[in-house]
Amino acid sequence: MEGLSVVQANLKVYVDPSQSKNLSSAIFRELSALLFKYNDAFHGVLLAYNVHAPENKGRILPGVHPFIAVRLEAKLLVFSPKPDMLLEGKVVKVTEESIHVIVLGFSSAIITDEAIRNEFKYKTKHGQGLYVNRSNRRHVIKAGTMIRFVVKSMNEETLHIYGSLMPANTGSVKILEKFSEHMNTESVTINSTPKKRRSKEKYEVTTQITEHGSIVKDAPSQNHYDREIKKSRRS
Amino acid sequence: SIALSFLLTSHAAAAITREAERKRRGRRRRRRSISSALLLLNPRLKSFPSRRLIGVPLLLTLGGFITRQVPLPLPSLAASRISFDLPSIGFNFRCVISLMGVEVATNYAKMEEDISLTDSQLVYSFRLALKSVSSGDTESYRRLVDVMNPSGRLAPDEAALLLTSTKALSGAVADIDDLHHEKLLKAIFNLSLWNFGPDVIDALLELIVSLAASNGKHVDSCLDMLVSNFTPPNKVLDMLKQPRGLEKKERVLPRVHAALKNISELVPMAASRLSSIVLEQMPWKSKRNVDQWSMKRQLIYVENMFKLESGAIREFVGANMLKDVMNVLRDLDVAIGWDDILHDDSSKGVFMIELEDENYADGDEDADADGKLPSTLSEKSLSKNLTAELLDSLMVQTFEHLESSVSNKRLSEVFDTLLSSFKDTVLNTYKSKFTQFVMFYACALDPEHCGTEFASELIDMFVGGHNPLTSRMSAVAYLASFLARGKFLPPAFVASYLGRLVDWCWQYCVMHDGDMNPKLHQVFYSGCQAMMYILCFRMRLMVEIPLLKSQLFCMPIDKIFKHKLDPLKVCLPSIVEEFLKQAKAARLFTSSKTFVFEDLLVSNLSRDFGGLERLDMFFPFDPCLLKNADSFIRPNYVYWKYVRTTYHEDIDDDDEEDGSDGEVEGAAEFDDDMEEVIISRSYGDNDLEMDEFDYAMNKMSITPRNNSSAGLRMPSRIRPSMSPESL
Repeated sequence: MEGLSVVQANLKVYVDPSQSKNLSSAIFRELSALLFKYNDAFHGVLLAYNVHAPENKGRILPGVHPFIAVRLEAKLLVFSPKPDMLLEGKVVKVTEESIHVIVLGFSSAIITDEAIRNEFKYKTKHGQGLYVNRSNRRHVIKAGTMIRFVVKSMNEETLHIYGSLMPANTGSVKILEKFSEHMNTESVTINSTPKKRRSKEKYEVTTQITEHGSIVKDAPSQNHYDREIKKSRRS
Repeated sequence: SIALSFLLTSHAAAAITREAERKRRGRRRRRRSISSALLLLNPRLKSFPSRRLIGVPLLLTLGGFITRQVPLPLPSLAASRISFDLPSIGFNFRCVISLMGVEVATNYAKMEEDISLTDSQLVYSFRLALKSVSSGDTESYRRLVDVMNPSGRLAPDEAALLLTSTKALSGAVADIDDLHHEKLLKAIFNLSLWNFGPDVIDALLELIVSLAASNGKHVDSCLDMLVSNFTPPNKVLDMLKQPRGLEKKERVLPRVHAALKNISELVPMAASRLSSIVLEQMPWKSKRNVDQWSMKRQLIYVENMFKLESGAIREFVGANMLKDVMNVLRDLDVAIGWDDILHDDSSKGVFMIELEDENYADGDEDADADGKLPSTLSEKSLSKNLTAELLDSLMVQTFEHLESSVSNKRLSEVFDTLLSSFKDTVLNTYKSKFTQFVMFYACALDPEHCGTEFASELIDMFVGGHNPLTSRMSAVAYLASFLARGKFLPPAFVASYLGRLVDWCWQYCVMHDGDMNPKLHQVFYSGCQAMMYILCFRMRLMVEIPLLKSQLFCMPIDKIFKHKLDPLKVCLPSIVEEFLKQAKAARLFTSSKTFVFEDLLVSNLSRDFGGLERLDMFFPFDPCLLKNADSFIRPNYVYWKYVRTTYHEDIDDDDEEDGSDGEVEGAAEFDDDMEEVIISRSYGDNDLEMDEFDYAMNKMSITPRNNSSAGLRMPSRIRPSMSPESL
């Protein structure tokens, strides 16, 4: 899942003098107030923080309302989805016009029917709506499925994401992973059809790589994956 | 056949359009051409193989015909008796027409056709209508807005139209834009669910939920709309207590709460917005007058807040709901006038005032006839005050909610929130009158857990030197009043907290070896007064249990009172007096000096230690004057008149033979009599009964009964009566 990053930040927290007795709890309170909100400074939504032992001292800033400024270093987990990033989330509602997803438990995403590729057909089963992939009947998206989708845009104020299931590498995570697993552990099948020839090709490619031992295995399998998709599309 | 069908269609279409555009050439001709066209659609013409091929383009043409806003001669079609039965295509002709804005002839309803659009086709047409707004074509959109703006009672077909449109709109929410479709959104959010039947309500709520889930910008408005449906329109508000109103309430409220739950499932951050929205839309806010309408609205609103507190999304909004309710109670409390005349009457002791509450009720009937804010606070005068009535009903609601929390086994979490709210607000509210009884009742429901927590918090607040002065003094006053008045608190419990209090006071004495100075040692004097107040109520009980008696006698009480700081001089005279009398009778402590108080309730010294807020005279759990709330409190409350003091010991034991067993627990056995007394007390017409009762009570008291003002220093007098004294 993209969009998550851990950043190291130098922060300055302004604490009210009445809290001077217990600075660390005041600092934690201030930082906690920033959680799950979009922050321009971090260019994303703050999900978690890890403060390294804040010193219990700070400079007092004079003024009409004096504050204590405490410097500290913190590791921050920031969520900043940008367009064309791949995100994963859990489907909570499926209708004929949209799929509603919740990402990381707090951000709601919607994928409208115009952004769902034609491969997926809407069906109703046992009163529940679901999307079934025409080429792979097992590929089902319904309430409770974890899906991977591409970000179209995000509303920073409301943390609402508009997603898309158009690209080929989107859909139910379980199926996608099974597929890539399948690709990684491809076994050789000897066959006389053109299909076989292709699989032979694949085998050759993988062996070449293992011989050299320097290239990541994922790279060629991605190509295989695409080829498989093309094949399925054709059928 | 395809070619043929197209030919025929084009002919028919041409005929229709030609005829339609000619002005009033005569119905017959038009009818003929249309009828002939429509005959092609007749399924009875089985010989026509490509009915479907013709049907669709023909209907589309008709559609095009319709959009040009020419009134379709439907009545004439009806007359021609062509039945449209196109199950294969499916058309809800009525819906399409309404959408496209053609005026439907009134007897259209009589047509017996059974054609329905599939849902997806309807949704598609709605989406088209919505999208076309941005390109300037607003006709269908405007019609849609009209449908969503129903006025008055809906006829069945209007209701059906609203239902269908709503369902279709739910599918088209992704195309609703807050810029272009402002009117539509406004219309949707202004709907009041209380006016509709259950299926329309369901459809509308489904629309709201989809709207909120589709676009984050709509979440706030959707929540606003749902919360505004917590209160019904005025007509329904009137009949809420009747079966019809109750039925409507049962229809609407559970659905609204279910919709709120659905929204927070689909949009997790919505729940955090909900608390502030609920607070904003509260019908009654502080500094406003209470009238009948706002009272009823507030009551049902708070009912909803309690539902949220115990409902499916309670972990997100529950705590805030409780805190907001407590704030409302406190605001109402503060809004009720409090006249200090009652307490400034220096000829009466603290305990006297409670006993004489009954007397006020008789005399003030005329004074309060005009219904203004009462000059003296009594139960009867309060009953005419609307603010007090609202507070009373809200407190009853709160008590009932606490009771239901007990049955849901949630009382401890509810209590935690209540306690933190209490510390933040009520504790420091200058002379809060009744709100604190919520805490009292919660402790009564669960003395072991809640009672202990409450008392511990109070004592910790008192001994914590870092807390503000007034909070500390207020906390100890609450503790004293609580330990004295809580009938559900076992004597051992009282003794342990009393012990802590005494220990603290003694430590203070040791640390501050100074002379008497009321202003400097305010906290100390308030602690001492608290000690004495508790002992006035509970000394007898503690002394009767050997273990507690020895605990009591081990406490450094006499050392404190004999110290240089001289609390006996500074604390409230009537309390000091009563304490001294009881302590002497119990042989706990005898003062070497005699105190002559000269009938003072307060002395200058006690005023000094009490400070500006007169915390020397603050007894928070004095009897609750709100009638309905009091009925909950009464069984758990210790009334001074029923407290047995230590100087009652001299009474003969033959009293105890009179069937009053179990006297160890103080006033417990007087329950039945208490009920009698309280019901009859305000109206003074049952003197005979009172006298008999008084007689029984007086036999137990040794205090002299005389009417002269000199005798008024005796605080435990019940009522002047003719009964013999047994001194």
